[in-house]
Amino acid sequence: MDFAALNEHLGGVLKSESFRDNTRLIVPAAQLDDLMSHLKHHLGFDMLSDVTCCDYLEYPGATDRYGVIYVVVNTKTRERLVVKTFVNDPSPTLPSMYRHWKTADWTEREVYDLFGIHFTGHPNLQRILCPPEFESHALRKDYPLKGRGERHNFPVITRAES
Amino acid sequence: MPVVASSLHPATSRNAAGGSASSHAEAANSEYLWTLNFGPQHPATHTTLRLVLTLDGEKVVKAEPDIGYLHSGFEKLGESLDFNQYVTIVDRMNYISPLANEIAWHHTVEKLLGIEITPRCTYLRTILAELMRLHDHLLCVGAVALDLGAFTAFLYFFQQRELIYDIVEYASGQRFHTSYTRVGGVLFDVNNLWADKVRSFAKNFPKIHSEVDRLLTKNRIFVDRVKGVGVLSREDAINMGCTGPIARASGVVRDLRKDEPYLAYADLDFKIAASKNGDCYARYLVRMQEMLESIKIINQAIENIPAGPVNVELEGKSVLPSKPAVYRSIEGLIHHFEMIMPNRGFKVPVEELYACTESPNGELGFYIVADGEPRAYRARCRPPSFIHFATFQHLMPGYMLSDVPAILGSLNIIAAELDR
Repeated sequence: MDFAALNEHLGGVLKSESFRDNTRLIVPAAQLDDLMSHLKHHLGFDMLSDVTCCDYLEYPGATDRYGVIYVVVNTKTRERLVVKTFVNDPSPTLPSMYRHWKTADWTEREVYDLFGIHFTGHPNLQRILCPPEFESHALRKDYPLKGRGERHNFPVITRAES
Repeated sequence: MPVVASSLHPATSRNAAGGSASSHAEAANSEYLWTLNFGPQHPATHTTLRLVLTLDGEKVVKAEPDIGYLHSGFEKLGESLDFNQYVTIVDRMNYISPLANEIAWHHTVEKLLGIEITPRCTYLRTILAELMRLHDHLLCVGAVALDLGAFTAFLYFFQQRELIYDIVEYASGQRFHTSYTRVGGVLFDVNNLWADKVRSFAKNFPKIHSEVDRLLTKNRIFVDRVKGVGVLSREDAINMGCTGPIARASGVVRDLRKDEPYLAYADLDFKIAASKNGDCYARYLVRMQEMLESIKIINQAIENIPAGPVNVELEGKSVLPSKPAVYRSIEGLIHHFEMIMPNRGFKVPVEELYACTESPNGELGFYIVADGEPRAYRARCRPPSFIHFATFQHLMPGYMLSDVPAILGSLNIIAAELDR
């Protein structure tokens, strides 16, 4: 993949990092869809392997809160690329990748469920692992590992009421 | 009460492409459809997951998986347990092939820390990874056969799984949740008796394999239930992120053991099994063939396993001292203490990386964000079951209710890995 040409195509907003065998592209949230669409339709990255997120609340030197991470694969050249973008409170929102890759369906739902990031254009953005009445986002760093919380405040439903 | 159409997932139904106008019309004349809850406690789900099926007679119009029954916050736990402790949790993700998860986890951690494992450990882990591939495929093929009424094949294969349990127990002291790998090595080294056990297993396995092959592959009852059922096209397999035997059965010839070689796979001679049909029968055949290839790998690796230390030496010390050294010498105890206590163990970079291995089910990857502490700041697992189960809602519509166990079984969904 030609990074210089790709960066020029997007107007010079990309940043590239590499660590061990990983190549990371860091893109502003506004250009994410342009980049992903270009990767899919022009550079042959036909598989979205994973979508995940990290809450950088307590991370040393971090300025943004949520980093959303996409792992894309070119199944012909075996190339693998990590694309990362940052979003912030109060309403972290990103465009959904569902229109490019169907893998995004459940993986984005999981990120929404556990981190509370909204994906516009997602066909069915609902909680997937936690129950729908759960209000928090469990993998955020401000959510406690253990202790009393909303776990204890669930309404108790008896057999007769169900 | 109309049950479908108005809130249909756009991609779920083959009939809902026309948008809201046509789906309203459909709702009006679809009152005869009825809903069936499949699971969470159904023998064919094998684990705890639920399917909401909308049926037209016996034909499935819409299938909506409902997951999360076993969600227990494994990734959250990964942020508070150190790299060696967390191996007990990854064990419990895909508990059908626990060592494959451990190898994937420590493969990622070692890449993050820049540790190169010893040649002996490389071969040992390769043998164990292939035993786990057999372990997983034996259960998957056996369980599909069981769900479709072929009880004998299931028993033949389960007996082989017991032998693998024995081998694993001999190496690690545990049958099920072995927690055998460590950063930079394994818990105990193996001996010649273990190698003999593996050799005798690898020698006898092809016979059982061919017996089950003769029981199932041309068995008309079995073939009728799986052939042409749950067809996944090559384009869909790539677009939905399928990997492993499921992708290979749809013609995506992609195997991380060949594409991004890790462990000892680059030195070993083996072939990739693949098919073009993409149905349940193709997935069955790919798994059956992969078992024989695994035996080939095990045979080569067990004869070529190098001698020498199994654990890495860092600054003259191995990453974790052996238990006798810890219990019987003060140096060993101090060394153990240094490795175990926070802030004294590994030098961890402030970095993040994604690494993956070819687990029996497909690409099992971990994304670790490290902040310099001896534990992960974020330990994301990319579970193949989760990605594969998302295809179920696209695979199922149009087939019969009796095809549900066949399709579900051929995807090999492990709910503990699905929900984590």
